[in-house]
Amino acid sequence: MYLDNAATMQKPQVVIDSMVEVYTKYNSNIHRGTHHLSNVCTEAFEEARIKIQKFINAANSHEVIFTRGTTESINLVANTFGEAFLNESDEVIISELEHHSNIVPWQMLRDRKGIVLKVIPINAEGELLLDEYRSLLSDKTKLVAVAHVSNALGTINPVREIIEAAHAKDIPVLIDGAQAVHHFPVNVTELDADFYVFSGHKLYGPTGIGVLYGKEELLNEMPPWHGGGEMIKSVTFEKTTYNELPFKFEAGTPDYVSAIGLGKAIDYLTSYSWNDIVDYERELLDYATEKLLAVEGLKIFGTTKNKSSVISFLVGNIHPYDMGVMLDKMGIAVRTGHHCAQPVMDRFGIPGTVRASFAIYNTKEEIDKLIEGVKKINQIFE
Amino acid sequence: MTINEKQDEIIEEFSVFDDWMDKYSYLIEIGNSLEGFDEKNRVEQNLIEGCQSRVWLNGELKDGKVYYTADSDAIITKGIVALLIRVMSGHAPDEILEADLYFIDKIGLKEHLSPTRSNGLVSMIKQMRMYALAFKTKMNG
Repeated sequence: MYLDNAATMQKPQVVIDSMVEVYTKYNSNIHRGTHHLSNVCTEAFEEARIKIQKFINAANSHEVIFTRGTTESINLVANTFGEAFLNESDEVIISELEHHSNIVPWQMLRDRKGIVLKVIPINAEGELLLDEYRSLLSDKTKLVAVAHVSNALGTINPVREIIEAAHAKDIPVLIDGAQAVHHFPVNVTELDADFYVFSGHKLYGPTGIGVLYGKEELLNEMPPWHGGGEMIKSVTFEKTTYNELPFKFEAGTPDYVSAIGLGKAIDYLTSYSWNDIVDYERELLDYATEKLLAVEGLKIFGTTKNKSSVISFLVGNIHPYDMGVMLDKMGIAVRTGHHCAQPVMDRFGIPGTVRASFAIYNTKEEIDKLIEGVKKINQIFE
Repeated sequence: MTINEKQDEIIEEFSVFDDWMDKYSYLIEIGNSLEGFDEKNRVEQNLIEGCQSRVWLNGELKDGKVYYTADSDAIITKGIVALLIRVMSGHAPDEILEADLYFIDKIGLKEHLSPTRSNGLVSMIKQMRMYALAFKTKMNG
């Protein structure tokens, strides 16, 4: 029984089949040969890019850059935008809710360039304090980088307001959508996000593939990160000129098989209506929340109304590791620990939580089994 | 009792459980009853940080034998910590360094010693041996 969907999703058969099909029917390196197979594979790869463009409603497909995942996307921005445009004492605003992947790349940039990190605090419900955020915005702020949805608490952040406030001061905004894109429709054009990043494996897709969406103008201004094949126009030992978007940021052979798989995952997800997905996940969340709260001594962390289908909790004094081990023995997979978001745990003064996260293939019967397990473990530890 | 005699004794104790729930209840009981960790030893240098649970370990040399005390914030981890102390504590450094810890596998708790668990136990065993090695060097010096 799998309730660790916020860590990674199980893959629909159509996704797996699409990848097997590449390897067995038309595998060939993309954008390279003049031969038939290469053309078929390249077309499938570029078609996946267009599917992603439409999925997030980007203006152009060349604004969709393939990376290995959210982490690499953020590191790409830190190492290109950050290296080229941020200088000593410039400020980057992140939040207390961030996953380590949206903290550490900026700290590394801070250590290299002397930039300053500012942190938007959260309240006891796990919501960002927007007034505090607005007061952090200044002439020194050069970038705002925040999660769309908190991986540890499930909070859906008001990214539209966050972007509007930053844009009022001409500050670009990066949104980490790793925990968002599979839960509700994301429209980067409507949000006016400057960068939007997410991973394939949390979107019913394969591992090793992710996306950096960036506005064309910004991406064009940014220097490339990795050097190599495909990202160049011409190379002599004296001078290299770089290829255009998106290839400038896709050095080397990309994981085109996973990219094609991701395209298929998007086909799968969008074969359902967003209303149905949102309603069903909300139903699971509300059902699980109500049932869990009835367990004696159970406390939920992240209690905002506006949250995704993620529940972080602790029961009495039971350590999350103990709860996780016992649930595992019962065949129930949940995540335990700090969820790569240690500042969130510090904020609540806890070592970690038990996190159950639901996807569209989960059921209420599974939630009942979780509750039964939690109750039983609670009795053992009493 | 030798290290192996103690291991065999634990294997015997655990052999009565045919249900995982009973076994873990016993482990929790052992964890809850582990005492003797002096609060003054709950310091950074004794801390073995796992991603999931944390272990504090202290070792002392008395009359040529190593005595360990330890604690953990998670009870299941603490139960295994208690078993490791029972087996390893009170022996000469050489005995500890040569010990083959087979009992954990035999009582069906091997999964807790996997590095992927990140509960501090693998590092704890390493650290127990480091103490033994350090004391051995000290005794010979």
